[in-house]
Amino acid sequence: MPGKTYVQTRINGEPVDFLAEPRQSLLECLRDVIGLTGSKEGCNDGNCGACTVEMDGRIVTSCLVLGVEAEGSDITTIEGIAEGSELHPVQQAFLENAALQCGICTPGFIVATKALLDHNPDPTEHEIRFWLANNLCRCTGYDKIVRAVQDAASRMQEASA
Amino acid sequence: MTTTTDYERNMILSSQEYNVVGTRPIRHDGADKVTGRALYGADFDTAGLLHGKVLRSPHAHANIVSIDTSAAEALPGVMAVVTFADFPQVSDGTVDFGEEITTVHDLQSNILARHKVLYKGHAVAAVAATNAHIAEEAVKLIDVEYETLPSVMTVQDAMVDGAPILHESMRTNELGATVDDKPSNVAQHFQHVKGDIDAGFGEADVIVEREFNTVTVHQGYIEPHAASAFWNTDGRLHIWCSTQGAFPARDATAEVLRLPVSQVRVTPMEIGGGFGGKIPVYLEPVAAMLSKKSGRAVKLVMSRADVFEASGPTCGSNMKVKIGAKHDGTITAMQSYLAFEAGAYAGSPVGAGAQCVFAAYDVENAVIDGYDVVVNKPKTAAYRAPGAPNAAFACEQAVDELAIKLGMDPIDLRLKNASVEGTRRPDGTVFPRIGCVEVLEAMKNHPHYSAPLGENQGRGVAIGYWFNVGFESAVNIAVNADGTITLVEGSTDIGGSRASIAMQAAEVLGIPAESVRPSVVDTDSVGFTAVTGGSRTTYATGWAAYDAAMDVKQKMIERAATIWDVDVDSIEMENGVLQSASDPELNMSFSDLAAQMGGTGGPIVGTASRNAGGMGVGGGSFAGNIVDVEVDPATGKTEVARFTVVQDAGKAIHPSYVEGQMQGGSVQGIGWALNEEYYMTDDGTMANSTLLDYRMPTSLDLPMIDTVIVEVPSDHPFGVRGVGEANIVPPTPAIANAIHSATNIRMERLPMSPVAIMEETWKQS
Repeated sequence: MPGKTYVQTRINGEPVDFLAEPRQSLLECLRDVIGLTGSKEGCNDGNCGACTVEMDGRIVTSCLVLGVEAEGSDITTIEGIAEGSELHPVQQAFLENAALQCGICTPGFIVATKALLDHNPDPTEHEIRFWLANNLCRCTGYDKIVRAVQDAASRMQEASA
Repeated sequence: MTTTTDYERNMILSSQEYNVVGTRPIRHDGADKVTGRALYGADFDTAGLLHGKVLRSPHAHANIVSIDTSAAEALPGVMAVVTFADFPQVSDGTVDFGEEITTVHDLQSNILARHKVLYKGHAVAAVAATNAHIAEEAVKLIDVEYETLPSVMTVQDAMVDGAPILHESMRTNELGATVDDKPSNVAQHFQHVKGDIDAGFGEADVIVEREFNTVTVHQGYIEPHAASAFWNTDGRLHIWCSTQGAFPARDATAEVLRLPVSQVRVTPMEIGGGFGGKIPVYLEPVAAMLSKKSGRAVKLVMSRADVFEASGPTCGSNMKVKIGAKHDGTITAMQSYLAFEAGAYAGSPVGAGAQCVFAAYDVENAVIDGYDVVVNKPKTAAYRAPGAPNAAFACEQAVDELAIKLGMDPIDLRLKNASVEGTRRPDGTVFPRIGCVEVLEAMKNHPHYSAPLGENQGRGVAIGYWFNVGFESAVNIAVNADGTITLVEGSTDIGGSRASIAMQAAEVLGIPAESVRPSVVDTDSVGFTAVTGGSRTTYATGWAAYDAAMDVKQKMIERAATIWDVDVDSIEMENGVLQSASDPELNMSFSDLAAQMGGTGGPIVGTASRNAGGMGVGGGSFAGNIVDVEVDPATGKTEVARFTVVQDAGKAIHPSYVEGQMQGGSVQGIGWALNEEYYMTDDGTMANSTLLDYRMPTSLDLPMIDTVIVEVPSDHPFGVRGVGEANIVPPTPAIANAIHSATNIRMERLPMSPVAIMEETWKQS
């Protein structure tokens, strides 16, 4: 088996270095090497979105990124969304709108939603549904998730007004 | 699309108001679930944890000639390999998971195949290694010699003479007896009879008769199955897993391993969806045996393909329905033939389907024949109202056709024949108070029902039923000195049930929902509690929480009587305040008394346990849909343009999570209706075992899902009816009826994909 590669990154604002086998995905490195288990594995082929993280300003399904590819990158995971003990408005909106049932898809949805609102602070319902179409939820039927995103958008706009 | 409307999108037709019940507090486990801190099945870790992998059959049907594990055992990093030979001989008994019962023999050979594999994906052996990749490499080194056999994939093929036989020992239980000592794939044929079916059809002026087919679909929870086990040197086995019921998982694992239940402790991790599919055990006993052989803790996690190919889907089915009515709309006879796939072992949901198929109709003459048929597919597991959606797809389309033939409004036809309190169903059950009429009336009154339709659009309605179950639950409550309570329960929380259970205790004690700290604990820490399934949790565990809170309330009254030196009967506790009837100045709050507990007699705790009954408790729940679809005439692609779900919740404890159940069940039904299917090749391979190809609905496929909560109280103290399941029953027929309204095509099969719709269109032209 080939040896491990030394990888240096920034994760959730802090420098993090780790050793990755060539065959390990970024998701596996986050969960099993670094211990950040908030990103979830639902399919391991990029189709459910439960492992969504932000990497250098883009959202990616971390199961489709190799750990060694993360060298030099800046990564935000679900563990880095809240600011200290303050929930991010997206997290607060998901709670208040009951936008989660089992919660396994929620980390991916929150990371993806934050990225949406960073790009587009006032999305239409269609834009929300289009952006979140790579995140599968089997519990909610998406209705309350869409409402939570709309609610988060207005909270964030009010806060910045 | 827009969410701005001129009507209330989430209505509640309330029956009674309370202080806490009916409000929408933030769920108690919410913060952990929006920050990534909540630990699910695969998140378990402990010192020295090994990672396992299961070897699965590449064949749909084959004898196992030999298994050679020596090369796998020799791979560096491999710590244990297990096959069926490592497992003990089990009893001839059954395991009762609550929503399904199976024999221990079948359960064990489904967990690791003995002598024969019965579906592609059937587990054959397993490896534990120092990491998951080594385990993956090791299972490829296991040499299994198979003798392949012809396979059978549908009930029609499995029921003919000369079909490949899955179980040489299986004999058909024909109406309660074995009449033919010949191997068969039909495990059981039962029949429900009410009245005189021939006389009923004789009275009819109009008769409709059709045959329907549905295919295998999966529950589709986002979290794959995961289980970890550590078999300690003292003989005690500890399991950490994602399960709908820690106690049934404990009991099933103990049976398969021939251990007393007290030797097994199951700690339920957070569960990432189940819908019935996480009631059975698959990985737990295998992880346990790998731990026993290695002396280390072992974690097993399914891949997504494993989930599709080896965990319980729900059944495909072949159904015939015949309904007769008089010109005035009185239904005189209803007959159905239901043949459901069980998968590789007996136990399809055909019994439940038969209980639900005509439940909405007060009909005098009915016959229902049910067949439980084994095929070379994974053993089916419960899936949200198991069996009822199949049956409704058939019945509710026939009723729609009847309404058209009679020239009647389809809701009026249903109202004219609706089941009410006292109606005896064909299976013999007599309804207590139910909300069938109220649901139909709410549908009829909804602005959606009279809204104009656009081009290529059609509207369909349907009603569905699930009987709900009771079963056992236990709850412990301890009062804290700061005026809060801790509430300990055994129901795993899949969709906000910590909140709905805590709120019932809060209501009794007159404290805010936030003053309750609910915990879901392991099997050593609370009394037996059945699965989170059957729409039972808010009803039965909620009722136990109500009882435990009443126990606390009584003890607080007794304590106050001691402190004040007055008669117990003279004290009342309302809205969290204790008041003496004899002296107005003698009063104190819940918090005041809580602060004095220690010095006045010690901690105050309440306990309750309840067997809330079997199937049909509280009368079950009805749900109805109004659906508008738009069918593209060029491609057959169907868009759901508008969707309204109405359901009887008895009393909605936390309306947001009731709406969530209604919306989620509806969308699973939409996926089932329009695009989900196990696409099986001729050799028994599922060709679409990824989430890309098994296309579940995304946010982009859907409109908002409008809800109406109807509240017709049950026998529960707050009137609760479980709401988890009935909502998945009406969508497939409501969408089929809408497609008929748009295209004049009657869809007799699922899924109603563009291909299926175009094929039917070409047949017509």
